Amino acid sequence: MRYLPLTPRDRSAMLAKIGAPDIDALFRDVPRQAVVPLSAFALPDTQGELGVERALAKLAARNVAAGAGPFFCGAGAYKHHVPASVDHLIQRSEFLTSYTPYQPEIAQGTLQYLFEFQTQVALLTGMEVANASLYDGSTAASEAVLMAQRVTRRPRVVLSGGLHPHYAATVETLAGLGGEVVRAPAEPGKSEELAALIDEGTACVVVQSPDVFGLVRDLKPIGEAAHARGALLIAVVTEAVSFGLLEPPGAQGADIVAAEGQSIGNGLNFGGPYVGLFATREKFVRQMPGRLAGETVDAAGKRGFVLTLSTREQHIRREKATSNICTNSGLCCLAFTIHLSLLGDEGFSRLARINHANASSLADRLSGVPGVSLVTPAFFNEFTLKLPKPAAPVVEQLAAKGILAGVPASRLFPGDARMRDLLIVAATETNTDEDFFAFASALTEVLS
Amino acid sequence: MSEVRFTDQHEWVRLDGDVATIGITKYAAEQLGDVVYVELPDAGRRLSSGGEAAVVESVKAASEVYAPVSGEVTDANNAIADDPAKVNADPEGDGWFFKLKLADKGEFGKLMTADAYAEFVKGL
Repeated sequence: MRYLPLTPRDRSAMLAKIGAPDIDALFRDVPRQAVVPLSAFALPDTQGELGVERALAKLAARNVAAGAGPFFCGAGAYKHHVPASVDHLIQRSEFLTSYTPYQPEIAQGTLQYLFEFQTQVALLTGMEVANASLYDGSTAASEAVLMAQRVTRRPRVVLSGGLHPHYAATVETLAGLGGEVVRAPAEPGKSEELAALIDEGTACVVVQSPDVFGLVRDLKPIGEAAHARGALLIAVVTEAVSFGLLEPPGAQGADIVAAEGQSIGNGLNFGGPYVGLFATREKFVRQMPGRLAGETVDAAGKRGFVLTLSTREQHIRREKATSNICTNSGLCCLAFTIHLSLLGDEGFSRLARINHANASSLADRLSGVPGVSLVTPAFFNEFTLKLPKPAAPVVEQLAAKGILAGVPASRLFPGDARMRDLLIVAATETNTDEDFFAFASALTEVLS
Repeated sequence: MSEVRFTDQHEWVRLDGDVATIGITKYAAEQLGDVVYVELPDAGRRLSSGGEAAVVESVKAASEVYAPVSGEVTDANNAIADDPAKVNADPEGDGWFFKLKLADKGEFGKLMTADAYAEFVKGL
């Protein structure tokens, strides 16, 4: 039986009800230039399997894959080593095919790994309670802003200029509806003066560290300024491996931490699926979004796990819920938990130290290239360079030499002339000395 | 001499002068079961009758407490926020939720008397 739930009569009845003449009218707001007619693709009506494979392989070969050569792109998504054991374990069908538990207590294994994931996130961020994950770092940041608006009953939101522009755009979309979002201008390599932007109507200040230019920020002064005016400090982290080396946001006065967890256990995945980390203080737990696994004992006194404080959630509180998200990034957070467990305390801080050491030697090498200077005075595994000419074409020229040199700042801040010559460069444990040498000599060549 | 009235949302209102003390009825507390969390309005907040004023959560359910009459919040019972079990122990006494300075005394007169509420509960 074909599954066609709507008859033409159903459709016209629904269109009549909302006053739309036809289905196309519902898509009127899609910008003209985004609409590509099917004919533009010149697809044949049929094609054999082998033919499809050939055509797609040819298309795929036009990409320069992250693993194909020296790779230095970061700016919110990082290439780290994921051990084969992680993939092997998450592909067990009990994990791979299960959805977020709606009859939770029957899925003790799922609840246990969620509980362990939460414990890890709380420890890494230095916070008291963490949820079972959200979609990604940017939606976690938006949920953090909505939560701060609920806690403080204030509408205004201040975003640091060092917050990743994609995160800022997500916050403006999801949290800007009920309030006013103020975005400080970006100042590459500096901690901008945010305290003056906080007033009595401000719910929160959102600061990313390391910021989008790689700068490691001291959150304490801005946290104190926020608290003095009754606002919350939201700390955003896009590179979770930095937790292994830097002082946790919780120790720097953050009230909510929203982070991207992709770096641990997860590949680049073409930009998603990723895993949003979300942690806060216990006193705010009732206002926290997302699922929460808890540890308890059963009737026989044996250790067991439950989903707890579900009354915050949509299936119970309906429109009064803290968030319309009542799922989590199950498989990605499992990969995170498995990888972090395999690394252990010591392995994780060693991984972080290797990242920083690699980035430091790359920065030394690149700032030795004539005309190139380092913009970021204190960084973890990512920094910004000022080139003697526009960065975007330089990146193209380096890509032609098989080197993916980083993210031109102009790509994240289109139209901002100050960003034109800036290049954001990341190095991880996956890079080698040969990579650094290849990058430095190719850059010297391209710039001369 | 204070007078107590009731609503069909199972709240009680005790009027002393122009200050109304509001809580949930014994019936409501029994129906909810063990109360585990209470969220109270801040002093100074203006509420209109029928609007959401507080949240009460038990092991079984979470529900809103509505303002039975309009007015400005003068006080909230932080003792029940700290120890929600007080709501079950004495719902119509120590387990009160918040106090309002009444905006319109006429609203109070329209609420159910104790007898009318007892009848109402019997019919449920």
